[in-house]
Amino acid sequence: MPQVTLSVNGKSHTVEVEGRTLLVELLREKLRLTGTHVGCDTSQCGACVVHMNGESVKSCTTLAVMCDGAQVTTIEGLAKTDGTLHPMQEAFREYHALQCGFCTPGMVMSAVDLVQKNPQGLSEQEIREGLEGNLCRCTGYHNIVKAIAAAQDVMHGRRESLAAAAE
Amino acid sequence: MYDFAYHKPSSLAEAARLLAADPDAKAIAGGHTLLPALKHRLNRPSSLVDLSGIAEMRGIRREGDSLVIGALTRHEAVARSSEVKSAIPALVHLAQHIGDTQVRNRGTIGGSVANNDPAADYPAAVLGLGATVRTSRREIPADEFFLGMFTTALEPDEILTAIAFPIPEKAGYAKMRNPASRYVMAGAFVSKGKMGVRVAINGAGPCVFRQAAMEAALAANWSPEAVAGIKQSADGLNSDIHGSAEYRAHLVSVMAKRAVQAAG
Amino acid sequence: MNVVHPFEGIGASVRRKEDRRFLSGRGQYTDDINRPGQLYAHILRSPHAHARIGAIDTTAARAMPGVEAIYTSADMAGIGGLPCGWQIHNKDGTPMAEPKHPVLAEGKVRHVGDPVAVVIAATRQQARDAAEAIEVEYDVLPAAATLAQAQAPGAPAVHDDLPANLCYDWHIGEKAAVDAAFAQAAHRVVFETTNNRLVPNAMEPRSAIGDYDATTGEHTLWTTSQNPHVIRLLMGAFVLNLPEAKLRVVAPDVGGGFGSKIYHYAEEAIVTWAAHKLERPVKWTSDRTEAFMSDAHGRDHVTRAELALDKDGKFLALHVQTQANMGAYLSTFAPCVPTYLYATLLAGVYSTPAIYAEVKAVFTHTVPVDAYRGAGRPEATYLLERLVDVAAKQCGFDRVELRRKNFIATDAFPYQTPVALQYDSGDYFSTLDQALQSADWAGFEARRAEAKARGKLRGIGISTYLEACGIAPSAVVGSLGARAGLYEVGTIRVHPTGSVTVLTGAHSHGQGHETTFAQLVADKLGVPVANVDIVHGDTAKVPFGMGTYGSRSLAVGGSAMDKAMDKIIAKGKRIAAHLMEASVEDVEFERGTFRVAGTDKTKALAEVSLAAYVPHNYPIEELEPGLEETAFYDPKNFTYPGGCHIAEVEIEPETGRVQLVNFTAVDDVGRVINPMIVEGQVQGGVAQGVGQALLEACVYDEAGQLVSASMMDYCLPRAEDLAPVSVATHTTLCTHNPLGVKGCGEVGAIGSPPAVINAVVDALRDYGVEHVEMPATPQKIWSILHRQQS
Repeated sequence: MPQVTLSVNGKSHTVEVEGRTLLVELLREKLRLTGTHVGCDTSQCGACVVHMNGESVKSCTTLAVMCDGAQVTTIEGLAKTDGTLHPMQEAFREYHALQCGFCTPGMVMSAVDLVQKNPQGLSEQEIREGLEGNLCRCTGYHNIVKAIAAAQDVMHGRRESLAAAAE
Repeated sequence: MYDFAYHKPSSLAEAARLLAADPDAKAIAGGHTLLPALKHRLNRPSSLVDLSGIAEMRGIRREGDSLVIGALTRHEAVARSSEVKSAIPALVHLAQHIGDTQVRNRGTIGGSVANNDPAADYPAAVLGLGATVRTSRREIPADEFFLGMFTTALEPDEILTAIAFPIPEKAGYAKMRNPASRYVMAGAFVSKGKMGVRVAINGAGPCVFRQAAMEAALAANWSPEAVAGIKQSADGLNSDIHGSAEYRAHLVSVMAKRAVQAAG
Repeated sequence: MNVVHPFEGIGASVRRKEDRRFLSGRGQYTDDINRPGQLYAHILRSPHAHARIGAIDTTAARAMPGVEAIYTSADMAGIGGLPCGWQIHNKDGTPMAEPKHPVLAEGKVRHVGDPVAVVIAATRQQARDAAEAIEVEYDVLPAAATLAQAQAPGAPAVHDDLPANLCYDWHIGEKAAVDAAFAQAAHRVVFETTNNRLVPNAMEPRSAIGDYDATTGEHTLWTTSQNPHVIRLLMGAFVLNLPEAKLRVVAPDVGGGFGSKIYHYAEEAIVTWAAHKLERPVKWTSDRTEAFMSDAHGRDHVTRAELALDKDGKFLALHVQTQANMGAYLSTFAPCVPTYLYATLLAGVYSTPAIYAEVKAVFTHTVPVDAYRGAGRPEATYLLERLVDVAAKQCGFDRVELRRKNFIATDAFPYQTPVALQYDSGDYFSTLDQALQSADWAGFEARRAEAKARGKLRGIGISTYLEACGIAPSAVVGSLGARAGLYEVGTIRVHPTGSVTVLTGAHSHGQGHETTFAQLVADKLGVPVANVDIVHGDTAKVPFGMGTYGSRSLAVGGSAMDKAMDKIIAKGKRIAAHLMEASVEDVEFERGTFRVAGTDKTKALAEVSLAAYVPHNYPIEELEPGLEETAFYDPKNFTYPGGCHIAEVEIEPETGRVQLVNFTAVDDVGRVINPMIVEGQVQGGVAQGVGQALLEACVYDEAGQLVSASMMDYCLPRAEDLAPVSVATHTTLCTHNPLGVKGCGEVGAIGSPPAVINAVVDALRDYGVEHVEMPATPQKIWSILHRQQS
């Protein structure tokens, strides 16, 4: 069986996998990091999005064997080690950008990548377009868009905190 | 997915050898076309040859009046390349709108072109710019490369290494997406330059094709109006629940017009 | 006074308690759970819509790596069929047809996806590998997927003993009164429409894990369910013959339901049964493609309606004839959807004096159809609100004024409709006026002109709707055919130090109950939200409750909690009276503090609860120790949320693409506990309604193959398909539950589809377009424009 060594949330793992094992299967079934979800089988819903080497990828469409040497961050690794939530996580809570929570990990990971790649700031329409790889069936996206718009200001240092912004 | 053996060669020669040794082997780069098919068990390769470790298939560079893009170049890299933007901005626009962000972060130009999905974006650019496909053993002009649905001139053990795009005077791309899958329902890539005036249509038919009447019209008068009135025949076009052949034929004219508008 | 600070009781937008675990990846959904020694099940499903099953050869499959067992229906002899929870009676009083719904197909398959065999293996992939090696002989038969096909002469029978494919032929209302009104009508308006079939697509695919402890004889089922007690009852009593005490059903975090996770599905019975047989835990998790062919679908009606109006536009009578697709088998609540959740809503917000509705439910070779967000009420609302627009256009009335003219007067409540329901409260004029203003209805023509200058066709559409939810009075629904009660249970457990655990039979799968319910406790008992834990979804922990669907959790479940809190306060007063040496009649309670009226003598709830659990100084002769109370609440009536939705769209004529540009909702959902959550529920419901109107279509071909079998072909709304949704509320209180609440989970999906289609038709007004069927896809719009132009 092939072996793959990769870093997940800063911790190195060496795991035996099948050739056909997907990254999401490695995360969920071998490492028991079940925050990354599987919502479809056609690479469309984005519930499985994680960061690999700093970029968002669909872990359901990535072979584990192709991740040898990769740095992977999952939703479990996004908050600081002291438990302080990432500004994007905090914004999702503040703006009620999640309901059932199933799409949320992928949505948050996509949103972080989207904001990081666009330091110039994104309009509401650009945020909507930037979420094209993620589906949410609960929220109608309205509050997700608001949360990302608020989080980008904090992430880019244009605003100190999210407090009271959602009223 | 069925299981398979996995190989990750570090040179083109080794990759070609692996592919030649196993007729049921398949090459994989970003995997964004192959893996969805494998997950649905539509395909059963005995081994996968991962091309991502081959340095000679990387990079974006100018070679004279051509822009050469290595096969392993990810869509996102093209979308963000200043080199591509200054040479062929239409290609940046195309790459920015392939699939979604995560697809663009993994999918490669070589995989898209070698697979020749009728609803993929890049084949329209390759044909619409009259590019040359470079492989592990030869160079293939675009007009001879795309043979039919999911079929190209590539031999089983031949590896697409780069695409050389002649830099045009003008080029533009417009598409209508399938609302569900987001793949192309009908698209048009138009260009004008030393390769002449070219109009490539993707999404609408079983394989990307050149639209001769539109090319003639644009050669005579490069303007959106010149193509807007030219009707595409619906014969032989794809038809599904999202778009009948007639609707796709109509969209071809609309997208061609928009592509010319975008080209300026 | 011991008020909770910051204020987090009723009316506060408290941020959700559940969010931290979901945002950190620490939610626990069914597929996240793994049991020691767990095996994996893969279901082999029929590739055919209709076929006779011949020999099933599992020899090769059994020899595959990792395979532990393969079962077909032959192995499950003695196992009951999946039960139906509602019986409808025909016009002639006879009961509906109720064919057996076997867990694994017996003799025949009746839809693509019908389960034929189950493989249980050491890994998911091994189970799937082996399933492919099973050889099934199918004698493929002609199929009938659509209502028209199934009712055509000589149509293939879905069930051999039901040659006409008829499940029931039901009616409601007074035909004679309707006929008489039509005879005198100045205007008769006919409208025919199809309500498109939908696939719910909760983001979490269904999953189930069966476990069996041979030493105790206890079975545990973890499942993606909206109502674990209902599953325990149905599966235990009707399918597997297990007593409640030996069957625990847990529905942990559930990733959306929208109705699709109400029903008892075959896979739940299969994993529970197989876990017993193998004495190993067995997990099954659906993939999305499997979900398309095994989750219950929604809607799928074909209807002809005729409205009679007098010369001034007053509605005189309504006659509706509907055919409803049941699919191949009756799902748990399927029969009630096109009847008591649909035809009873046909008065809508209007004072139409005579209504007669006839509904034929028909079996087809498709996945079973059952309740999907709104269930029956979206179909009724769509029909009515399109019909009113069509009538306005045909008879020359203004569409807003025609609605206003026919509204039930605000002082007419309680209002008895001609189709069984009695509305308790509402104010349709105010929600209409507020929405017209908020959406700038008056200024629309300028926006239309501006869009036209950009080459776009802009339209505006309105819907004034009502729904019935908070289901339901048990005796009433029992008389209408329900085979269950529809009360809810709540337990309030005040701990010795004053923190509170609430046990509720309602189930949260996105609704935010852990927060909203805690706010009820904060508001009434004065316990901070942080000190209130909500426990739900586990039959081993929670008393028998009926679960979450039909926007019932707050109206029914919240009312049960409120009643239980009343009992807590009553007992607490007796304890406090003892502690303060006062008489019980003199003790008052407000938000956490017991007080002797007119004095400064007080006892905090925590002091009282401590005394209750450490009863040293306690009226032990007359009062039991402890401070925990349970209440069951059976509602006296449905609740009737209503409101006004306004949509604006722009159409790109060249491609036919419709873009939603603006959406305004003003809803009366009764008292609002958490405005933030209510807005979120409405926005999400609207998104699903817009999806139905513009994007979503479940399509079968003539052979009964599911064409829209994955997200590649079934179009779910993405962020850029939607627009900002403005939500406001205008409250009239429910008069018959203690909280005055009505319900907000379904209003978005009910009110929005006709608003969107009315806007699309309005955008096309210069093209002579009378109607556009849902979904208004680019191709459909282009075809209409193309036809008009050529």
